[in-house]
Amino acid sequence: MPAVAETLETVRSVTGSTYKWGFETDLEMDLAPKGLNEDTIRLISDRKGEPEWLLAWRLKAFAMWQKMEEPHWAKPGYPVIDYQDIHYYAAPKKKGSGPKSLDEVDPELLRTYEKLGIPLKEQAILAGVEPGDEERLPMAVDAVFDSVSVATTFRSTLAKAGVIFCSISDAVREYPELVRQYLGSVVPAGDNFFAALNSAVFTDGSFVFIPKGVKCPMELSTYFRINAKNTGQFERTLIIAEDGASVSYLEGCTAPMRDENQLHAAVVELVAMDDAKIKYSTVQNWYPGDSEGRGGIYNFVTKRGACRGARSRISWTQVETGSAITWKYPSCILIGDGSVGEFYSVAVTNNHQMADTGTKMIHIGRNTNSTIIAKTISAGHSDSTYRGLVRMMPKAQNARNFTQCDSLLIGDQCGAHTVPYIESRNPSAKIEHEATTSKIAEDQLFYCRSRGLSQEDAVGLIVNGFCKDVLKELPMEFAVEAQKLLAISLEGSVG
Amino acid sequence: MLEIKGLTAEIDGKEILKGIDLTIPQGEVHAVMGPNGAGKSTLSYVLSGREGYEVTGGTATFNGVDILAMEPEERAAAGIFLAFQYPVELPGVGNANFLRTALNSLRRARGEAELDAVQFLKQARAAVKKLAMSEDMLKRNVNVGFSGGEKKRNEILQMTMLAPKLALLDETDSGLDIDALRIVAEGVNASRGPDFSALVITHYQRLLDYIVPDHVHVLADGRIIRSGGPELAKELEAQGYAGIIGEAAEAA
Ligand SMILES: Nc1ncnc2c1ncn2[C@@H]1O[C@H](COP(=O)(O)OP(=O)(O)OP(=O)(O)O)[C@@H](O)[C@H]1O
Ligand SMILES: [Mg+2]
Repeated sequence: MPAVAETLETVRSVTGSTYKWGFETDLEMDLAPKGLNEDTIRLISDRKGEPEWLLAWRLKAFAMWQKMEEPHWAKPGYPVIDYQDIHYYAAPKKKGSGPKSLDEVDPELLRTYEKLGIPLKEQAILAGVEPGDEERLPMAVDAVFDSVSVATTFRSTLAKAGVIFCSISDAVREYPELVRQYLGSVVPAGDNFFAALNSAVFTDGSFVFIPKGVKCPMELSTYFRINAKNTGQFERTLIIAEDGASVSYLEGCTAPMRDENQLHAAVVELVAMDDAKIKYSTVQNWYPGDSEGRGGIYNFVTKRGACRGARSRISWTQVETGSAITWKYPSCILIGDGSVGEFYSVAVTNNHQMADTGTKMIHIGRNTNSTIIAKTISAGHSDSTYRGLVRMMPKAQNARNFTQCDSLLIGDQCGAHTVPYIESRNPSAKIEHEATTSKIAEDQLFYCRSRGLSQEDAVGLIVNGFCKDVLKELPMEFAVEAQKLLAISLEGSVG
Repeated sequence: MLEIKGLTAEIDGKEILKGIDLTIPQGEVHAVMGPNGAGKSTLSYVLSGREGYEVTGGTATFNGVDILAMEPEERAAAGIFLAFQYPVELPGVGNANFLRTALNSLRRARGEAELDAVQFLKQARAAVKKLAMSEDMLKRNVNVGFSGGEKKRNEILQMTMLAPKLALLDETDSGLDIDALRIVAEGVNASRGPDFSALVITHYQRLLDYIVPDHVHVLADGRIIRSGGPELAKELEAQGYAGIIGEAAEAA
């Protein structure tokens, strides 16, 4: 069998069965009735003990959403979603209420996270890291299970440094002014169809506040898990870095294997003030569906960061291996003079997955600078599109953008597309764009195999090489994990 | 011992190897010379299992084991190493990482313990030094941006690290400067011993001054048309292939 055909064969053999995170946790759940109407929204708001203004905000978003058209402009088409056939709130039944300390968390949940490699213990570090590697700092974890955050670790340690890290539900109760000031300030409730939906029914996500001059003493991360059937997950995350503050934040996500599609519609807002730095990394591993294209998560996400302050910097790094369909364009609004936006992305699609992802860099301030490096790997019958917008506004004197988009095809049943939109309204702005498309060459595979590497290891090595410029932007421990994930997404047996 | 009998092979339906008989006993180094397009590289690819090179007849065994039925990585694990005429670039793949992955794959296949990063680097640094290469080469991406000569030295570095039992060197001397030629030859000579044999493909007698072969074979149009001692290379250098090919044709 020629090498490429063999690779294809290997890739084809990757079915849902290689998705290691596809188990289901059996828990007693508090479930809202299916359907979306004002009562659903009132129920969510009530369950979370929200103030009146937030309920009003949700209802306004819902009113806007009802008037909006579901977008169908992107390349991935999908069957009609019946928004009345979804549970909008699903939470493990709590034994009593009140603040969650780790001992109060249902042991079944703790076991779930342990199985996922996310031990919710404060001395523990994230699994997936090879033992014997150099010592690592602990990492604070917020664990979101369906519609609620079940635990956030290291809250008190972080509080000593002045850092607030908690679920957004807790933040609404404990820091209502902060939430009110920033919520919807980067992604307005009526921004787009899915953002409006999220604003109406968002359930949980993380809240991070780094005060002036503080460098967050540890990595922060949120781990999203969809477990319940027929539910949507509407994550809302808000990160604020005041003047001179800096933080590195990572999100990960998985879901059980199910035959029906499930919706994850998130909104993430970042705000960076003068000289602040936010590094936001994602390892997205939602259930992608099986080899026939049955099931999997619809991942429709609005992520946007505002560089409000001078010399502020926001970096998005994403490794996207999961989901049946992904629509996602983490963006930067570069308002402050000299602010910097970065987007580093690896998107892997296999079987019948579809990904339409990219970024928007909106240059408003002078001397603003953006870098886009997007790597797309398509295998099987999958289809992947890079869609990016670079806009230079009239006042963006001497603004710069560099964009590089590389596509790697495995087999000839898949597709890769690059759709760059460039708008320059300032003649001093400079925009550079490079794009390549390649295949894993037979001679590369043979070269590796002649040195003793298996076919799978050879593909893994070449793919990781292709993604190196992006992977090196990830925090160390996640780079290791992402490398493994890439190999698994493409092979099924390498790990 | 490598034993090739009546080996025929084709590419895209075109017969390239037309019946090769060649035996390399363990511990010996044989040179293969021959005009461009004769099938020398094809022979090395067929022996290392490249896809698309279809064996249509004959046998090839290494130490009694049929290698033609094996995957390329299994042949590597059995101790066969091919130094490519045109080494392949692997963008984004660090040379050290590649070498370590390769070495550990072989060790795993042979049931040996894998080397950790420290043990590996120690070995790699020593090998780099021996080949008068800069340590930088370990950090760079496999063959990317390497000069022609650097690529060839990198092949020898891999050979040194992977310690094969049978090395197929396909024009490793082409593109090497005089010093590099000597160093590479020393690399091969250092490996020589009762448990190492080599098939050295070359166009130039000069290499054979450094790596003195036990036997020299002339491959033309898919067949070995003459074999002899080291003096055969000198004869070829002086007279070219035309005479020998003519004689072979008359004899046939
Ligand atoms: N993919 C291919 N399709 C058709 N013919 C091929 C293909 N690959 C090689 N050949 C032919 O096979 C023959 C032998 O090639 P090979 O590379 O083995 O020669 P060689 O002896 O190594 O030559 P050189 O000294 O130039 O390296 C040549 O005629 C070449 O054109
Ligand atoms: Mg050749």
